[in-house]
Amino acid sequence: MASTTATASAVHATPRSESGLWSWITTVDHKRIGALYGVTAFILFLVGGVEALVIRLQLAQPGNHFISPDVYNQMFTMHGTTMVFLAVMPLSASFFNYLIPLMIGARDVAFPRLNAFSYWVFLFGAIFLHVSFLHGGAPNVGWFGYANLTSREFSPGQGVDFWAIGLQILGVASLAAAFNFIVTIINMRAPGMGFMRMPPFVWMTLVTSFLIILAFPVITVALVFLLFDRFTGTNFFVPAAGADPLLWQHLFWLFGHPEVYILILPAMGIISEVLPAFSRKPLFGYPVVVYSGIFIGFMGWGVWSHHMFAVGLGPLADSFFALTTMLIAIPTGVKIFNWLATIWGGKLRFTTAMHFALGFIALFTMGGLSGFMHASPPADLQQTDTYFVVAHIHYVLFGGSLMGIFAGIYYWFPKMTGRLMDERLGKLHFWLMVIAMNVTFFPMHFVGLLGMPRRVYTYAPHMGFDWMNLTSTVGAFGIAVGLLVFMWNWWTSLRHGRPAGNDPWGGASLEWALPSPPPPWNFATIPVVKSIDPLWHRESRAAALAANQPSGPIHMPPRSHWPIVSALGATLLMSGMIFGWVVGIPGLALTLVGIYAWAFEPCT
Amino acid sequence: MSVAAAVHAHAPEAHRTSTGLNSRKMLFWAFLGSECMFFGALIATYLVYRGRDQVGPHPHEILNIPFTSVSAFVLLMSSLTMVLALAAVQRGDRRGSRIWLAATALLGMVFVGGQCYEFAHFAHQGLKLQTNLFGSTFFVLTGFHGTHVTVGVIWLWSLFAMAARGKLPQSRALDVEIAGLYWHFVDVVWIAIFTLVYLIQ
Repeated sequence: MASTTATASAVHATPRSESGLWSWITTVDHKRIGALYGVTAFILFLVGGVEALVIRLQLAQPGNHFISPDVYNQMFTMHGTTMVFLAVMPLSASFFNYLIPLMIGARDVAFPRLNAFSYWVFLFGAIFLHVSFLHGGAPNVGWFGYANLTSREFSPGQGVDFWAIGLQILGVASLAAAFNFIVTIINMRAPGMGFMRMPPFVWMTLVTSFLIILAFPVITVALVFLLFDRFTGTNFFVPAAGADPLLWQHLFWLFGHPEVYILILPAMGIISEVLPAFSRKPLFGYPVVVYSGIFIGFMGWGVWSHHMFAVGLGPLADSFFALTTMLIAIPTGVKIFNWLATIWGGKLRFTTAMHFALGFIALFTMGGLSGFMHASPPADLQQTDTYFVVAHIHYVLFGGSLMGIFAGIYYWFPKMTGRLMDERLGKLHFWLMVIAMNVTFFPMHFVGLLGMPRRVYTYAPHMGFDWMNLTSTVGAFGIAVGLLVFMWNWWTSLRHGRPAGNDPWGGASLEWALPSPPPPWNFATIPVVKSIDPLWHRESRAAALAANQPSGPIHMPPRSHWPIVSALGATLLMSGMIFGWVVGIPGLALTLVGIYAWAFEPCT
Repeated sequence: MSVAAAVHAHAPEAHRTSTGLNSRKMLFWAFLGSECMFFGALIATYLVYRGRDQVGPHPHEILNIPFTSVSAFVLLMSSLTMVLALAAVQRGDRRGSRIWLAATALLGMVFVGGQCYEFAHFAHQGLKLQTNLFGSTFFVLTGFHGTHVTVGVIWLWSLFAMAARGKLPQSRALDVEIAGLYWHFVDVVWIAIFTLVYLIQ
């Protein structure tokens, strides 16, 4: 092995220093970018979590004044924005980056520099958004930024500007990554890996990437209108000029509902990998799971107005969107039953990853059931803008997306680091998190049905939900304790965890054929794939393991610093709208230099 | 292993793809799909807001169809010259490459010039970005299209500079083909805008 490493290192076109800050700044290795994405997103997830704790402290008691109303508005706006755009999406992107080339038998993504660019734009966009805290206050109009509360007239501060420009910057990062993964998945599969031999996680990444490239332009346009209204005085959302502020809601949710599936489909892909591995059975009904994912991706475009039942679109529109919303529950239900059938009769191993995957099924189903309730417009009129909806979104996003992401972290941590996480601490983390999660969010169903509106700063005592709010606050701190256990586990396992070996779980897909962590070039020889689960078939297994034996030249893309230069330029250019020409002009110059240098840089 | 011996041999897998389609071209098609949603949202907004203005000028009072027909014709002709430019690069005709790339860029500049004139003329007649919904939606929609044409013009001059320095051989025809995809897409979008905004009022 050592000699293989030595010879293979020698074939790189340019010298690669394997450690040091500069090697990370100029890296185009999808595994390093995945790690950068993951760590950055996790830190931002903690920031969003602290914001949630501040919200819960304010709501612990009726008539509380823990923070001011304006800070409260900033907290729930930044909590939502952070969790959606800076935590769950990039955590999923971290898995895409790390795993997709490994799973499809490729040495890197199709456009390694574009991948690096995506990460740096994401990082700079996240920093830009948080600069608002020091520059006149964070955004305070909700993560959905409904017009015309966002107009200069009603939001004179710069918070909304930071929010709109920040989302534009983050959109660039998501789009760049999504284009890359579409091409990587379609074009970089190992010989023999037909579309119906791709691991389910790869399929869900493909569907998610298509959703991203089609949904993000819509919010880009909506934000362009908003920025024009705020900076040049146009009339896109000005009712006095004849405009309809509902335009914002339509554009936002036409993006926003596909976004919901952008958040959940990767987690569904993760547990479709974890459940078979720990049931020792192939995924039940693999094609149906794939088709359901594709169907969800299509149907996600036809349900956006169920976010708008309360605005009075009329019975025809309401009925249509109620029906489509109920229809989309079918492929989701199909997936749930496929997962249950996968574990049915399997030889189950209750590892931490398996715990989280099973937790996903239970909690996501609960979130799905409450979601199905507000698919009905009359029921939705009672529930909309109450804590019932808050309960619903947290069951699907926390109970769904995050449980899936944690299942993925426990499942692939050995592959990424070469060490096993501690199972005892992992299960403690799981139980703390599941119990605390239910303590936090389950009472919100009742709080909402009793009539407490979302996003209120405080509430009067003796309305019947004082103790429930206090319970939610206690639960939120329970989640924080669970996360501390996770971080302790992560940190100690990283340093002292037991060596994992290539395949600690007996996984089925190609990444388990490789050493942990995989070498920079992943596959010394590109494997030939003969089945859906190569490592579970005798002849395919031999072919997969042969991937570690070099058989020819290994050609890796050279590192480049132009992605970070271009990303910095693009971010400065867009922040010029707030900080003026002094920042904007150098940003433009840097962008142009970055793009041209990138285009003419030898890359093969 | 004989790995090191083959270091300088060009790695074949860098160019072989699962579908046989070129990855850059596929990425660009995906990008154009994304752009369809971008312009779709802009055009849809224009259509939704049509006729809701509280004050003039209204579209029929100000849009000059003959003038814009000429600039639309110019832009469509630039698609023809783009095709000729690609054909010239593909057959290694260096002089033809330069001529047709420059012609495409110049036609694009004529179109952008026409749009600048049109915008200035409208402003003179009292239609500004802030005047009414028509002003807001019209200028933002056509302005974004004009920006796309401008980016295309810069791209074409960059290719022209490469051609002029003899750095655009047949083997780099794909660079021109992708620029051509972009250019034709921007033209097609203009057909939609011209029809929906100017012709069907």
